[in-house]
Amino acid sequence: MTPVCELSVLQPDRGVAALLPDGSQVAVFLTSAGTVHALGNIDPFSGAAVLSRGIVGDRGGVPVVVSPVYKEAFELTTGKCLDDPSTGVPVYPVVVIDGVVQVGSP
Amino acid sequence: MTRTLVIVGHGMVGHRLVEALREKDVTDQWRIVVFAEETRPAYDRVALSSYVDNWDADSLSLAPHDDDAVELHLNDQVVHIDRDNKVVRTTSGRVQSYDALVLATGSVPFVPPVPGRDLPGCHVYRTIEDLDGIRATVEAAHSSGRHAGMVLGGGLLGLEAANALRGMGISPHVVELGPRLMPLQVDEGGAGLLKRLVEKLDLTIHTGTSASSIERDGDRLIAKLSNGVELDLDVVVFSAGIRPRDELARSFGLQVGERGGIIVDQACRTSDENIYAIGECANLGGMVYGLVAPGYSMAEVVADRLLGGEAEFPGADMSTKLKLLGVDVASFGDAHAKEEGALEVVVNDAVAGTYAKVVVSDDAKTLLGGILVGDATKYPMLRPLVGRPVPGDPVALIGPAGGGPELTLPHDAQVCSCHAVIKQDIVDVINSGEAVDVPGIKACTKAGTGCGSCVPLLKKLLSECGVEQSRALCEHFDHSRADLFEIVRSTGITTFSELISRHGRGRGCDLCKPAIASILASLDNGHVLEGEQATLQDTNDRFLANLQRNGTYSVVPRIPGGEITPEKLIVIGEVARDFGLYTKITGGQRIDLFGATVDQLPQIWKRLVDAGFESGHAYGKALRTVKSCVGTTWCRYGVQDSVSLAIELELRYRGLRSPHKLKSAVSGCARECAEARGKDFGVIATENGWNLYVGGNGGFTPRHADLIASDVDTETLIKLIDRFLMFYIRTADRLQRTSTWIESLEGGLDHLRAVIVDDSLGICADLEAAMAKHVDNYADEWRGVLEDPEKLARFTSFVNAPGTPDPTISFREERGQKVPVLLGVPSFSGAENQAEVSR
Repeated sequence: MTPVCELSVLQPDRGVAALLPDGSQVAVFLTSAGTVHALGNIDPFSGAAVLSRGIVGDRGGVPVVVSPVYKEAFELTTGKCLDDPSTGVPVYPVVVIDGVVQVGSP
Repeated sequence: MTRTLVIVGHGMVGHRLVEALREKDVTDQWRIVVFAEETRPAYDRVALSSYVDNWDADSLSLAPHDDDAVELHLNDQVVHIDRDNKVVRTTSGRVQSYDALVLATGSVPFVPPVPGRDLPGCHVYRTIEDLDGIRATVEAAHSSGRHAGMVLGGGLLGLEAANALRGMGISPHVVELGPRLMPLQVDEGGAGLLKRLVEKLDLTIHTGTSASSIERDGDRLIAKLSNGVELDLDVVVFSAGIRPRDELARSFGLQVGERGGIIVDQACRTSDENIYAIGECANLGGMVYGLVAPGYSMAEVVADRLLGGEAEFPGADMSTKLKLLGVDVASFGDAHAKEEGALEVVVNDAVAGTYAKVVVSDDAKTLLGGILVGDATKYPMLRPLVGRPVPGDPVALIGPAGGGPELTLPHDAQVCSCHAVIKQDIVDVINSGEAVDVPGIKACTKAGTGCGSCVPLLKKLLSECGVEQSRALCEHFDHSRADLFEIVRSTGITTFSELISRHGRGRGCDLCKPAIASILASLDNGHVLEGEQATLQDTNDRFLANLQRNGTYSVVPRIPGGEITPEKLIVIGEVARDFGLYTKITGGQRIDLFGATVDQLPQIWKRLVDAGFESGHAYGKALRTVKSCVGTTWCRYGVQDSVSLAIELELRYRGLRSPHKLKSAVSGCARECAEARGKDFGVIATENGWNLYVGGNGGFTPRHADLIASDVDTETLIKLIDRFLMFYIRTADRLQRTSTWIESLEGGLDHLRAVIVDDSLGICADLEAAMAKHVDNYADEWRGVLEDPEKLARFTSFVNAPGTPDPTISFREERGQKVPVLLGVPSFSGAENQAEVSR
């Protein structure tokens, strides 16, 4: 588990990017419902490391982040792409310990 | 292809015949050869007076025949017909045999035999070349400070010509032999109002008289009217009707009418069974039709006959609706109550400036026709009802809005008279699901693609058929953007979370969040990255820069009007050099700096803001640029200072958030170097002030902006733009550009003009106040970020490693600048190949 930031730094429905020791990047989200999620930051459609900058919301009640490049939606809990179920992004385990957000390996 | 059709003449009707035959001739039976005397292919002569708006002949073009089966020979007139051997010969000596020949030679303007009618300065009004000639005369007169003109003819064409002259800065005298203006279409009451309305535009109307002579006196022309009036003029335009061009038919023995026109039967066939005549050169049932719609009907009849059909001329609908000199005029059916016992019902509102008449049968049960002047919005509903029962009291048909009965059209009523589409045709494509909206109906049936006057009716048919035109913003809100704007404005709600909890459901999405953020910003709710608003923004607005394909951003400082000092230019160059940014000049007369990472953005902007730059909002659905030509300060041809106005407008509307991006331009003269008519609002200088155009668009569906006000002073211009923009911001749908917004308004441009020029809704003061508030509250968004540590802290690459560059971003060099290396895309097999190809 890698500590990435204090929970208080996260603004609801606004992601941040974090760099893991192996050089991979995660997008970390705190939703307005109070849950914390971590997904791979690289958008599989464009290859750009930008998912943390997507708009967070829901599609049919399923919490999603929408890639800012070509607007595909990714489910926050599974990483599955709702617009193209054959693709998706990795989901990282995430815990909050003593107010610090920590991310594990996918 | 076994047979050859030769068409003589490529005007609108000849063009239509080619289109109609090619569409129907699915087995390619006919090869088509067209010979045209004119040097340019067919164009929209009905819209000729709009040529004056931009002097761009291309904007009148009709769709070219992009088809191997069609040969078009321009500037090559048919001069000989050998009917026995079925061969024609042209001026260039070309010989062409035919299986069928169609004469579509059109007409020539009628010039009354007035002494002096051939003097320089006297023109006719029919072709683009005629208008170029009129323009040359008018410009010569302007250069000696004179602006006097006369149009002979006060009918439809005469008023069109007067309109064209007005567009050139001349308020002409209009001389009509008949007792009133537009004697064919309008009665005395309607003409009286029409005269009053056009006299307000400085036209001088002389009726019941004609020109008895025209003489040259030095640079001027002196016209003497038969009533004794003498006019001192620079230009004279004859626009007193047309005469069919039947000389070719006459020379080769085809039967022509006593008063001209090639005599044809109901199949449009002449006295030679292999030869047809259509349009203004044809005499059908003793009539020569000078309108395009009957000509189109004839073209359709001939196309059908050539393919073995039995079509007959359906009879001409002489109904007319047009806007002359800004005044709506419509005339339909038995407008003059010629039918025996016909009764007239008139509502003449001198205060509102409207005149409406319906003509009904002697028992008041059947609608026969009518006339509308000043307001023709009821035309599309009334015209199809001609010959049908009147629902209720006839006066209710033309009474004040809301009082009338709910009209329902019978199924066989013609909805689109330009393309002869009846209601049933439209209902069929709606019910079969082929068309779910107005563009769909247009594509399936062509209805609404001619003059467009039936478009409101198409919407009505959609809802009659139960097609819900859902305007819900997204799955989280049932309201349209316009409704949500009003909700936010009237409730004073300032946060998305309150709005969605009270008026929506769920958590929101990438559709509603930016839309609501835009509404909040339009209503001046502080910085767009303040508090919760930051979470609503699309990435561009979130980082106040434009996301590029590799995850970096581009930066565009505002350069109002495209004017920049060398010092500031150097600063941009230095910033680009120091941060290694790819640099490109944009189409909006400013400079785009590419390849900045999120953590570089504040550093770049610190340098720019310190040098006096501010955000250019290239990232926002907001005002982008007001482009300008160089104007009177430098240009030899400019008539107004376009640069100063462009800067004033850009500074006034900078930062204004709107449903979609807004672009503008100001041109200093009619040469239009700033391309203002391609913009959401464009301004073109005139000798007397400014012309304002709205609803222009580049992009997927290019569209020229429409003139909404002419010759206004700067103060009026700015008021009009304030109102236009605020009305758009309040009522448009999400991501709807001004062009489609205007099209979607019930009543279109006319309605928009009524609202923002005539203040028909009484909201102009409110719109202006809202804009004044925006202007007062404007603050540079980038300065706002630099001055607020909390906002600044969000511009980091990694929350746990600020300052560490994103390892996925890399560049290569091309033509001396860095460009992105395309990224490998792990889950797509083709992506690596793609990267190699572009390397």
